[in-house]
Amino acid sequence: MILAGVAPGDRVYQLAITAFALVVPALLVLIAIAIGVAAWPAFATAGLSFITSSEWNVQAGKFGAAPAIYGTLVSSFIALLLATPLAVGVAIFLSEIAPKWLRQPVAFLVDLLAAIPSVVYGLWGIFFLVPMLREHVVPFLRDTLHLGSTPLFSGPAYGPSMLAAGVILAIMALPYISAVTREVLLAVPRSQRDAALALGATKWEMIWDAVIPYARSGIIGGIILGLGRALGETMAVTMVIGNRPEISASLLAPGYTMASLIANEFTEATSDLHLSALMAVGAVLFTITLIVNAIARWLVWRVASGPRS
Amino acid sequence: MIAEEIEDSPRKPCLAARELSAFFGRSRVVSNVTIDFRDREVTAIIGPSGCGKSTLLRCLNRMHETAPGATVSGTVTLDSTDIYAPGADPIAVRRHIGMVFQRPTPFPTMSISDNVTAGLKILGRKAPRGKDAEDIVEGALRHAGLWEEVKDRLGESAIALSGGQQQRLCIARALAIRPRVILLDEPTASLDPLSSQKVEELVYQLKQDIAVVIVTHNLQQAARVSDRTAFLLLGDLIENAPTNTLFTAPADPRTEAYITGRFG
Amino acid sequence: MARRQRTALVSSLRRRKTGNVVMLALTYIAALLATLPLVFILFHLLRQGASTLTPDFFTNMPRPVGEAGGGMSNAIVGTLILIAIACAIGLPVGVGAGLYLAEKRAGALAMTVRFLSDVLNGLPSIVLGIFAWQFLVRPFGRFSALAGGIALGAMMIPLVTRTTEEMIRLVPNSLREAALALGYPRWRTSMSVILRTALPGIVTGALVAVARIAGETAPLLFTAFGNQFWSTSLDEPIAALPLQIFAYAISPYDEWHAQAWAGALVLIVIVLIISLAARHVTRARFGSATD
Ligand SMILES: Nc1ncnc2c1ncn2[C@@H]1O[C@H](COP(=O)(O)OP(=O)(O)O)[C@@H](O)[C@H]1O
Ligand SMILES: [Mg+2]
Repeated sequence: MILAGVAPGDRVYQLAITAFALVVPALLVLIAIAIGVAAWPAFATAGLSFITSSEWNVQAGKFGAAPAIYGTLVSSFIALLLATPLAVGVAIFLSEIAPKWLRQPVAFLVDLLAAIPSVVYGLWGIFFLVPMLREHVVPFLRDTLHLGSTPLFSGPAYGPSMLAAGVILAIMALPYISAVTREVLLAVPRSQRDAALALGATKWEMIWDAVIPYARSGIIGGIILGLGRALGETMAVTMVIGNRPEISASLLAPGYTMASLIANEFTEATSDLHLSALMAVGAVLFTITLIVNAIARWLVWRVASGPRS
Repeated sequence: MIAEEIEDSPRKPCLAARELSAFFGRSRVVSNVTIDFRDREVTAIIGPSGCGKSTLLRCLNRMHETAPGATVSGTVTLDSTDIYAPGADPIAVRRHIGMVFQRPTPFPTMSISDNVTAGLKILGRKAPRGKDAEDIVEGALRHAGLWEEVKDRLGESAIALSGGQQQRLCIARALAIRPRVILLDEPTASLDPLSSQKVEELVYQLKQDIAVVIVTHNLQQAARVSDRTAFLLLGDLIENAPTNTLFTAPADPRTEAYITGRFG
Repeated sequence: MARRQRTALVSSLRRRKTGNVVMLALTYIAALLATLPLVFILFHLLRQGASTLTPDFFTNMPRPVGEAGGGMSNAIVGTLILIAIACAIGLPVGVGAGLYLAEKRAGALAMTVRFLSDVLNGLPSIVLGIFAWQFLVRPFGRFSALAGGIALGAMMIPLVTRTTEEMIRLVPNSLREAALALGYPRWRTSMSVILRTALPGIVTGALVAVARIAGETAPLLFTAFGNQFWSTSLDEPIAALPLQIFAYAISPYDEWHAQAWAGALVLIVIVLIISLAARHVTRARFGSATD
């Protein structure tokens, strides 16, 4: 029969791409299993005190991850506080305000921030950011703004600190937030802008009252995405935060984050329980970032898939 | 053997649809169409936009089923072989029944000559090479009336050609694999009048060798190029007759309404 | 009365206009502040790193503390090996999964995979290090280049998957139909028409992914581990530029700090070259518009 002839290639092809696609969920499941299995002994030993206790004492076999969890949350919070207005400002600048010739180069420079390896940020942080904070910024905050009496800026300022970690994380999260924000701003239909201008709004009122509200959940998604980056960032933070497992009210005191705790102690861990405790820290970090990312993606996806009803 | 058959009875139907229906999901867009297409004849399919012309055409070389949710019932035979039989391979079917679309679709990453031989390359080791390949390129381009215009730049990208040239290149590409039938879906709809005329001349050339089915919404074009014309309305085949008859003495009042409405 | 209203209107208009100018000016300042860190970082890298960056740096091995000079030849080669392993894993899987997503669009599995690959993309890189350690280091009792490369490859997968999908979606469906109508099998249509047409975009995506993993440190800490000696063997610890920079940066020795700066300069130049290459490929694609 002239029409006969089979294409086994198509079956193979379908199977192959399906298999490749399945690698993604499989990878996530394997990661969850790897961490869950390794973390179990520590959770079983310490129970709830693993996340509530702030005593991390390897010799005594006491593992309380509260300082690292606290440090992760606080440093990321500082980062968002600093990065969000800047990133949203840049995004507005790039999508609404900048003259055409300036858009490409500025966008390129901001995007490049995301390309710098975190170990390079850390190196720069150790030798420039930390000294600069100690010699210029902290005196300014204390003497000029008289913030030294508040608990946030009290105590000695040696150098490596929660503040330094927050600042470096802000720089690192900025390109992510601004990229997503710019994208969702560009997705706002022309008609929204025209409607506002036709009502006699100034350019800024148009941006603030028409464009931003329309893109709001996408922008929030971008910020949460930046939060995800900040929560899991390891090297740069490890290099500037001081790595001390204590909870201090002062931002000038050294701290610890979950990621830097793992990075620092992993290769030195000798006892099984210590290793397991580090894995348990990884499990907490994994869970938090998983949730944060899922929320962020959902928000961005909602904006990308058309106007809200 | 196939060649002998052609010699014996040039007017024998080579492609025949019986009770052919086509669906997108649950909605039926072609209903129980029975029609023959003969060798060395041009059959035009006309009808208002959305009546199922393209869908009918795409059922004839099993392209319909490549769309998501698309299904077919009934039979289509090519030289008495059922192309929808369980053992029939759609890929083999499409190599016997070529197709050209409304918008030219040259492969943008390939040169002009690579576009012509694109359908042959997938033969792998059996694909013609060197002089053989060159001959095929020249033959197909001559056949499509494009040779003189492109013979000095066969190695250049196909997207540098004009729309009309691109369309003739696509026809040459379809001819290079020597199909028994060629299906043209509004081949001139996106072309300027001069390019359209060249494609029409080409259609006349094509029917010297093979069966041609052309979908068009241009009634004058149907009248000019075709031997038979089929009128489709809302998925139903209303009338199928020699072109002269259909345009001068339509049997069905709906056909008359359509052609007079369009001509008038 | 009417007059009072008008004055009120005028003064409110003036206030609104001032607010407008102030806010617009603030966005200019935001743009300036956002680009400053990059300028600072590049400036410091050049100033600190350039003097140590002699040809020796590329050809010599690291020297012990106290001896000046030396280089990072082993770390540079190690990084290239790690990138190669990562590409060998990340590219085929990512492109394959991207093909699947582009073909199955709204299927349940496709939607799931798309979402999960975005989630995977956002996971901290150190988590991927833990994963590779658990499955590839712990059972064998030793750190290895392979484990490091696989951790990096896993990081590449979601990036390559999503760009491949997006680039394939830009290929007009009519090209796919044209190939099928010529009697191309589906796999052949995907390989020689669709992938081929989307190639520049996919290459860009792959380069962006490579640029991102080239400087990754955290997933290598307990997989590739680092190595003071020359090693290109896949089942042994291997040196990597970012690991070496980290080790030197946190050391107390000035010579090593200088080495760290030079290493960072090399790393950033590698990353920038890859990033610029990615932009160049994209430009080439848009330069020769398809339609
Ligand atoms: N991919 C598709 N999915 C669902 N319905 C379709 C699709 N393509 C075409 N249709 C519908 O099928 C009918 C016939 O379409 P078509 O064959 O393209 O008409 P024509 O070529 O005569 O203009 C139309 O009503 C059209 O809306
Ligand atoms: Mg049509």
